[in-house]
Amino acid sequence: MGSTPQWKNMPGSTNINRTELENGIILLTFSNLESNSVVISGYLGCGSMFDPDDKLGLATLTAQSLMRGTTQNDHQEIYNKLESAGATLGFGSSIHSTSFGGRALVEDLPLLIGMISECLRQPAFPEDQIERLRTQMLTSLQIRDQDTEDRASLAFDENVFQGHPYGRPEEGYIETVSRIELADLRNFHERFYGPAGMVIVIVGPVTPQQVTKQVQKVLGDWQNPQQVTDIDLPEIASVKETLRKHLSIPGKSQTDLVMGCLGPARNSVDYLPAALGNNILGQFGMMGRIGDSVREKAGLAYYASTSLNAGLLAGTWEISAGVNPGNLERALELIMKELERFIREPVDAEELSDSRSNFIGRLPMAFESNAGIANGLVRLERFGLDLDYYVNYPDLLQQISSEDLLQAAQKYLHLDQLVIISAGP
Amino acid sequence: MNDYETKLTNGLKIRLKEIHTAPLVSHWIWYRVGSRDEVPGKTGVSHWVEHMQFKGTEKFPGNVLDKLISRDGGYWNAFTNLDWTAYYQVMPADKIDIAYQLEADRMINSRFDLQEVEAERTVIISEREGNENEPLFRLTSEVQKAAFNEHAYNHDIIGEMDDLKSMGRDDLYKHYRQYYVPNNALVAIAGDFKIEDVIGRLEQLYGGIPKGSEIMHTDRVEPSQGSEKRITVTGPGGTVYLQVAYRAPKGADRDFFALSVLDSLLSGPSNLNMFGGGGITNRTSRLYRALVEKEYAVGINANLQATIDPFLYSIIAVIHPNHSPEEALQQIDNQIEELQNQLVKESEIARAVKQARAIFAYGSESITNQAFWSGYADMFASYDWFLNYIEKLEAVSPQMLQEIAQRYLIPQNRVVGTYITTEG
Repeated sequence: MGSTPQWKNMPGSTNINRTELENGIILLTFSNLESNSVVISGYLGCGSMFDPDDKLGLATLTAQSLMRGTTQNDHQEIYNKLESAGATLGFGSSIHSTSFGGRALVEDLPLLIGMISECLRQPAFPEDQIERLRTQMLTSLQIRDQDTEDRASLAFDENVFQGHPYGRPEEGYIETVSRIELADLRNFHERFYGPAGMVIVIVGPVTPQQVTKQVQKVLGDWQNPQQVTDIDLPEIASVKETLRKHLSIPGKSQTDLVMGCLGPARNSVDYLPAALGNNILGQFGMMGRIGDSVREKAGLAYYASTSLNAGLLAGTWEISAGVNPGNLERALELIMKELERFIREPVDAEELSDSRSNFIGRLPMAFESNAGIANGLVRLERFGLDLDYYVNYPDLLQQISSEDLLQAAQKYLHLDQLVIISAGP
Repeated sequence: MNDYETKLTNGLKIRLKEIHTAPLVSHWIWYRVGSRDEVPGKTGVSHWVEHMQFKGTEKFPGNVLDKLISRDGGYWNAFTNLDWTAYYQVMPADKIDIAYQLEADRMINSRFDLQEVEAERTVIISEREGNENEPLFRLTSEVQKAAFNEHAYNHDIIGEMDDLKSMGRDDLYKHYRQYYVPNNALVAIAGDFKIEDVIGRLEQLYGGIPKGSEIMHTDRVEPSQGSEKRITVTGPGGTVYLQVAYRAPKGADRDFFALSVLDSLLSGPSNLNMFGGGGITNRTSRLYRALVEKEYAVGINANLQATIDPFLYSIIAVIHPNHSPEEALQQIDNQIEELQNQLVKESEIARAVKQARAIFAYGSESITNQAFWSGYADMFASYDWFLNYIEKLEAVSPQMLQEIAQRYLIPQNRVVGTYITTEG
């Protein structure tokens, strides 16, 4: 049985400083004096959920355009400042948010904060750069079209979340990215970028006072009265019956399989029991029960595992495997057998205990670096978790029984309502 | 005392580094064996042996091993490379002893059960088939074959499909017994422990393992190429790739550091952080500006591996849909020509060194990176290679860069490979 890790770097209410600026920006700081570099991570509350269907990829293209030039610096000047300092910065977009992340030696923190502010507030969207970026995106979409794992995963989401933004890829499709115009980027930026809902996390050898002062200086006066922060999203419903599809991609050697169903939202009470159960089903050690059956015993796949991808409103519970096309049916049969067992009988006490101590024991590994701590703090804020969530995490896990795991499994894993996608030759 | 190095009487080398920033220990064992030690017909044997090492011993059967590591939140894995094979476990500091025990035990007692060998054969074939789905795997594989006629660097680490189908349990076991001996291994540990405690424990666990016979590594020298080679790989997809692979100096060669700086100027700083920390973008590098900003390519990167024998310095470009690989190659050649004809500024070298320093600062937060670094350079040079890495970069002069560009980055020293699509 794992014990509560007692460690000064364990993030909690005593060492996380959380401040809200007057314009609504939330700033979380964690001082790690043993490091000589800083990590910044954070997000704005806009993402592909605001993309029109026919211009899907707009939020991503907008985010990636931010460093292509501002009213003060062009693309090369921005990167020259960062790369000369050995610093990095990047922007990206997901369904609910536009995120940013960077790191620098501690003396270059003002450069990093200043650059984040400049890119977010004064992007120039230079036409030549945007066209170049569009071609790069289109090429990566073309590569995605040939990737068996990506194709299976994409079709899985499309079918599990039919008609919902969760079923649409944030990067869009070749035809939708091709339709996006320069004015669309400007409009997206004007309507959806702003301080409301913005979160910034800074970890490194810095004090909250220093950091607050620096952030206040460059972002404290940011206002966008027109900022749209919310949208009505449709209900998410399970598929009514099992759906199976094969996507044929000629010239490939291996078939990738992605199958599963809806899973709990991250802040659902079902999340932790489902996560512990998922660990037993397809992660623990060399990929849990499914890895043991499909890879270790039957030798059918290089990988066979499960994942619980919990979002703000819902998630997915997925099983994936890479197999020789001739072994697909046999692998599927073994996976179904494990799923049947998983929803039929509770896991045994040893499995639960192992899974629980695995979750507890890996906490220090998650928080050994500035980047790990920053990711942890972003998760707290994004999912509305308590600042002491990680401190209390071992106790939360101890309260979960094998019966709770079975109930979560039975609630989500309906074996006659699965989406099963394979992609290969 | 924070660092310690010793060698047991059976030849096992040990390097320990105390770090007390997190309650973790990262434990590695490195064997000096990789695809470089393989012969035709047995390619992929090192990687397959690595897989079999996870199947367990009498004392620690496979599923038991797995539970012992995972139940305390630990993780473990292994890599097979051209010159080496490495295994590691990362665990909470108070639980790491089990990793010391199992690694010592599987140096000598792995079972190589026939049935498990057969089950793993299909797993590895499946791994290879997964790789074959990737255009870049297919291209780099063919470029490597074209670049080496004599040397074992000519084949994929994972092995050729025919060999994976024909090798048997005895081939694997023989390879294991030959190379998995204390005098061919290095244990490197970093983290929250006391050196005096660990050294005693390692002596206890490994001291009784007899020294193996002297390892005779294959010593096939690849003759100079003589003239440029060109190959074309055809496959599915709509994206065209170009790989330009120059024969590079070996890791221990002083030229290697100058080529590292040259690479940094051409394609951006390289990243020695395998476990977090990340690298730095390459937007201001010469090749990015000449190829991506001018729309000959949509992406560009390069790779220089430190190896025992001379391997390859590879530049890989994803070709822009409006241009051809030949046009992109011309742009690469123009940039190289500039480096051959004009001295770079001292400040460019200083910038590359600062970037390397920053990358190390980011990576050093991870105890596992530190443990990795403790062993890595021994596999192709010595620990000093790593300790003096930044100093060696600082010592590079504009004249050295020019001379390196003139000597290595020439057509008769390269293979040019293109991946073109069956869809035209």
